[in-house]
Parts: sequence; structure tokens; C-alpha cells
Amino acid sequence: MSIPHRKFDALIIGAGGAGLNAALRLASADLRVAVVSKVFPTRSHTVAAQGGVNAALANVLPDDWHWHMFDTVKGSDYLGDQDAIEYMCREAIPTVYELEHAGVPFSRLDDGKIYQRAFGGQSQNFGGEQAVRTCAAADRTGHAILHTLYQQNVRARTHFFDEFFAIDLIRDEEGVAIGALVLEIETGQPLVIEAKATLLATGGYGQVFRTTTNAFINTGDGMAMALRAGVPLMDMEFYQFHPTGVAGKGMLITEGARGEGGYLINCDGERFMERYAPRALDLASRDVVARSMVTEIREGRGCGPHKDHVMLKLDHLGAEVVHHRLPGITDICRVFLGIDPAEQPIPVFPTAHYAMGGIPTDRFARVVTPARHGPEEVVPGLYAAGECACVSVHGANRLGGNSLLDILVFGRAAGTDILDYVRENPNHRPMREADIAPAAGRLARWEREGDGESVAEVKAALRKLMEDHCGVFRDDAHMSAGVEKLKALRERVEHVRLRDHSKTFNTARIEALELDNLVDVGMATLMSALHRQESRGAHSRVDHPDRDDEQWMKHSLYSRDGDRMDYKPVRTKPLTVESFPPKARVY
Amino acid sequence: MQIQVYRYHPEQDAKPRMQTYEVEEQPGMMLREALLAIKAQDESFAFRHSCGEGVCGSDAMNVNGSNKLACITAVADLKRPIQVRPLPGRPVIRDLVVDMSQFYEQYRNVQPYLIRKEPLPEQEIRQSPADRDKLDGLYECILCACCSTACPSFWWNPDKFHGPAALLQAWRFLADSRDQATDERLDALEGPYKLFRCHTIMNCVEVCPKGLNPTKAIGHIKDLMLEKSI
Repeated sequence: MSIPHRKFDALIIGAGGAGLNAALRLASADLRVAVVSKVFPTRSHTVAAQGGVNAALANVLPDDWHWHMFDTVKGSDYLGDQDAIEYMCREAIPTVYELEHAGVPFSRLDDGKIYQRAFGGQSQNFGGEQAVRTCAAADRTGHAILHTLYQQNVRARTHFFDEFFAIDLIRDEEGVAIGALVLEIETGQPLVIEAKATLLATGGYGQVFRTTTNAFINTGDGMAMALRAGVPLMDMEFYQFHPTGVAGKGMLITEGARGEGGYLINCDGERFMERYAPRALDLASRDVVARSMVTEIREGRGCGPHKDHVMLKLDHLGAEVVHHRLPGITDICRVFLGIDPAEQPIPVFPTAHYAMGGIPTDRFARVVTPARHGPEEVVPGLYAAGECACVSVHGANRLGGNSLLDILVFGRAAGTDILDYVRENPNHRPMREADIAPAAGRLARWEREGDGESVAEVKAALRKLMEDHCGVFRDDAHMSAGVEKLKALRERVEHVRLRDHSKTFNTARIEALELDNLVDVGMATLMSALHRQESRGAHSRVDHPDRDDEQWMKHSLYSRDGDRMDYKPVRTKPLTVESFPPKARVY
Repeated sequence: MQIQVYRYHPEQDAKPRMQTYEVEEQPGMMLREALLAIKAQDESFAFRHSCGEGVCGSDAMNVNGSNKLACITAVADLKRPIQVRPLPGRPVIRDLVVDMSQFYEQYRNVQPYLIRKEPLPEQEIRQSPADRDKLDGLYECILCACCSTACPSFWWNPDKFHGPAALLQAWRFLADSRDQATDERLDALEGPYKLFRCHTIMNCVEVCPKGLNPTKAIGHIKDLMLEKSI
């Protein structure tokens, strides 16, 4: 079968905030840029981000990028790389202004400046009073940003491949990324896109867990593509459970709800965070709040007939604040719970939300892998940004409001570096049939006919397995059993068959390809979690309850080949300021 | 419960048909979940969906004769048997999946981006809360196409009439105190079709799953045109 080829200067896989911000940078510089997305760009999951984006604008209270940096390092439980964190916190300020200039309809303060609200883990003056740092467009900030970025790309005439699914990266003999094999969903036709540089911006993988705030499309496609291309994934054990997902359903209730003054209560009506985080209370870091909630429930103080959730109380804020500042969550409560959050509390439970780990990159968004000589080297032509990447700015726990920031800052950084790279490497490298063969083989695998289990059955089993064996609290026994089960499940996938082999808009085929990806990133998560024998950030081991900086202040690297674990040091040296040494983390 | 679903597969079917599926109803079940249950029975059934909470705009479809987002439509509220069809007036690619390209093209036609002519300030462009409030009810559009595909004017002239979704966005930028291209935007909307094919039938308002009001936005554009022409 001869597959058609198209050639572009740069290929971007994923059209969320990271992909679109990179595309905008490149298209504005007149590069030929192709953006491949399995959904129409404004349907990417950035659209669901609610609360806002952090930047030390100091519009409400005094603020400083350096304080933001301190909070981020502390929030990361000292696993974040401080050079990247400094870069992100400095860049946050011009980045938000740039977005505003691009048209984002931020909410406003009386003086006409961008509205900012309090979020978890934020402080003034290196751990002092609560800061107010999260720039918001009501509680639809992600929607406002994603649509604006798409609109600006329309202006810049970016070339979009909407509803094309990326099968795998294509690398040449020397390991240089030279494009990708993609599938046009509408026609079922494969297409090779050749590019001088390729950016993975495919987002997260919350679908690996049964209950998640993530969309159906968040299946870790780019991370799994990187794994199959021989790139290890970094810090995959650090998966954030957002404290306030709607109990049993998973829809996100923004941390901004607590930023606006909401708080959590147990079945006794007690504001229990007073016992766990006496100063920061409900605005402690997400890992801390999530653990406190699960502890309350485990100790019998959960709410409801099964005592299996706690309540988020907003009714004391008044309808004006709730409906005006939080219109999106008001809708969610009305539609999915039949309540008005200005009158009744919301049942919530920690819900799988965000991957701190991902494809290892440096602060220029260049993918880096361990090298035979020296600590690591850049994979030429390959970039990653956003949730699929691990820079690492979030370390072991991400602060609310730093995710939109991450995608914007490092999406843009990727664009900037790709401009230089393409200038220095102006020609497409030759692509041989053999370079395409592995990707084509992955597509062909799903053409196998005959009897076998369905994708849906195995996917459901995987999601249940990950929830049971790799949740908020972890221990060796549960995770070891989980790894064995997951290895068996990986075998089962070999025997899964599609019944529908038709070409036209075959979503069953897409879901099968996504299942491959979920299994790979699930294994990366579980293996990395099993091996890390300490508790740090979102990774809480009942059998190793303390942080162990001596042994474990290092990044995990999982390779698909042989399910191998490797480690690399944390970059503790910032760009210009003093390093923040690890300290006990108290809120 | 029984759900009748529109099925059409261009590789196999000469013409579309309705197929009935039996789905076990769960408390609080949304239509999207019911369709996923059908998908689990029959993987050949195709529909778009993603976020499951009404923000991505993927799963617009025609339910019992009215355009809705499946993920925020409770099955308990629907008359039986539930009938699900693709959005009207668009070419069907397969089952509930329609070709949205003309809808997107009309969106892109209204220059849906902020245009500034003055040099940009070092910080944010100031905007009063009152001016910002004028964007409420406009910027929240999720491009699901419920409105435009419920509009008879768009059915007849999808290539010439921008349709309610695109016109809502046209007004979103006209209404933005930061935008500096009012005259060009209004000039571009002149002519008998782009804007003026709206006959205030108001189907768009009735079906918008986000409670937005394109007809009102179109009225504002017409008022502004009138104001400018005097």
C-alpha cells in the first residue's frame, strides 16, 4: 500500500493550549506548520480548564514571580526542576498579557485590570499570607484561552488537519524525528506528514482511571508514542487526584470555588481542613486536601448514606458570588446534581485529574533521553509541551492554575526553539519505507479478524484496575498485585479484535488505537509508583509514609523495553536566583 | 428503555435507517451514556463526543426533533421512544456524524479574532467590568452547531448566510471594547445574505444548550449598522 506524503516545516500533534500556542508562534513567523488533532481544535480538553492561570501580576495584592516560584517548588515537594520553574514563573507575566492582547475575555477588576483570585498553595513573601495570583475568565478560563488561541491561528492561517489521529512518530536511522504517520478519521486513509521538527502536545491520560475529570479523548496518545519511539517517561507515579470532582461522576469543580471562599465539611458539618492544614485550610496543596478527604472518609466521617464523599459548601457566599464568579460550576451542579450550589453543598471526592509526569523535556521543550555518555541528550527534531510533557515544573504535585500556565509558556517556548532548529536544519531528511514500517504495522495490527474480546471490555478492566491499585493511597502489596494484573491485561490486548473494519469514520478503530496507548501509560504509572519507596507529593505510600530526600529526590524514568526503571537527578539550580533547598512541607 | 438511532454507513447502506436498541436506564443517566451503552453493544455505531459535561461541543445531535448536546440531556426528561438523529441539514458522514466544514467556514468568515490597531500596552488593555459584562452570553459559545443547524435560513443558504453561531461571534468582537475594527466588520456583513438572511425565527435561541441568544446579537449588529449609516 502506498501512503501519500505531505511536507511541512513543523508538525504539531495536538491542538490544545500548548499545540495552538506553539502553532501561533510558528505560523506568525511564516513557517509552514501542520496541526494534527483527533478532534476539532476547540474540543481539545484545555476547553474544560476552569479556575485560571497563575501569574504574579499583583493586580489584587502584592506579588512577585519569585514568590510564585517558591510556591511552585514547595508545591512540587521539591521534585520540580528549579531552572524550568524560574523560567515559567518569570514568563507567566508577559504570557498572560500576551493572551489578553490576543483577546481572551478575562474577568475584570474595578480598575479595568485582569481579575485574579486565590488558589491553593499560593503565598506572599515565601510562605506568608495567602496570595491572589490566578487570572480568571469567570470559571471558564480554559475555554476562553483555547478559543482565543484557535481564533488567532485562524488569523495566522495555520494549516489544520482536523479529525486526524496520530498513529506513531517516524524517526530515521539516526533517531531524528522526521514526522508522523496519521490517520484521517473521516476516510480511514493513512497519511505521512514529513516535518523538520515535530511537537507532541497531546495532553493527559485521565481515561486510564475509572473516575476522572478528563475527557474521553485524554488517552495519553503522545506519551505512548514517545514510549514506542524509545523515549522513557518521567515521574509517571505522580498523578494528581483533584479534591473536588463530583462524587461518583467525576466532573470537575474548580479549586476557584474554594478560592472564592468555599470550604469542605464532613458528616458532622465540621470544616475538617482546620485539623490538617491549620493555616492554608481548604487552600492547601491539592495532594494535601485530597489525602485529608480520603482520611475523613476512611475514619467514618464521610457524608451520604454510604459515607463515601464529603461536601463542598458554597451556600454562605451568596447567589451573586456563586452565579457570577462560578457560572460554569453552577451549570454543572444544576445539570448533573439537580442542585443550586448557592443553596446546597456539592458532594465531592478526589478524582483522577492531571499527570505531573510525561515525556522528559528541557525548558526549551526539547525532548531529552538518557545518553550513554553524560546525563542526557536531546532527541533531534522532537519536542513535547503541556500535560504530555514533564519539564519538570510540577514535580510531585501541581499547583492549581499552573497547568494553563505550563501549556502556554512551554508551548510558546517550543515554537521559539523550533524556529531556531528549522533555521539550522533547513532541509527535510530523507524518509525510507523502513522508517514508516513500525507505525504502519501498528495500524495493520487492528485489521486482524476473528473472535476476541472487545476493546470496551478490556478498557473497562484497565480503568478499574488502575483505580483499585494506583489511587490516592498506595502500598507495595496492592501495587505489586496491580502490576501482575496489568501484565496479564497487556497480554489480553493481543487477543482483542475489532468487529468493524470499515473505513469511514470508524471510531471503534480509534478507540482500539487509544487502548494500546492507555495500556502503555498505565504500565508506566504503576511501575514507577511501585518502585518509588517514599511518599512525596501526590504519591502517598502507606508503607513508606515519609519523604526520603536522601534516596529519592530524583526523577523516575520508565522505559517500555523490558519495563525498565532508571533515575536522574533533580535540577535544583535555578537560572539566576538562589536554590530553594528541601524543607518539611507544611500548609 | 428503547432508543431509536439513525444509522447510515456509506460503505454498506444504500439509504439510512432507524435502528432500535434496548438500553438499561440508570438513575441520572445522560443521553451520551445511553449512546455509549449502545456503542458497547454495537461498535459499528458512530457518534462524536468527548468532555461529557457540555463544554467541548462535540455531541450535538437531534433528539426527538430538537437539537441538543447528548452529554447534558437527561434521558429521564425525554419522551419515549427516544429518537436520535444527526444534526439536520448537514451531509451525513456516518450515523450521527455530520460534515461540519461549512459551519466552521462560516465561523472563520467573520474574522473571529480581536483586531487592534494601536500599539499594544506593556500590561493588559484596560477594560471596565461593565464593558467586560457585555461579552457575557457571547464568548461562551462552544461551536456545537445546535443553533445553525436548527436555522431554516442556514439550511437554504449555508454557503452564503453566516448562520447564528458565526454571527454571535461577529457580535462578540463588535461588542468588545478592546476591538478596533468595527467599520471593517460591519462593511463585511453588508449584502443580502451574510447577516440579513436572519428572519428572526429564533430556533437558535430555543436550542442553544448554553442559553445564549444569537438572535439578540444579530439584532445588535443591525442596530449598530443603522446607527453607523446615519
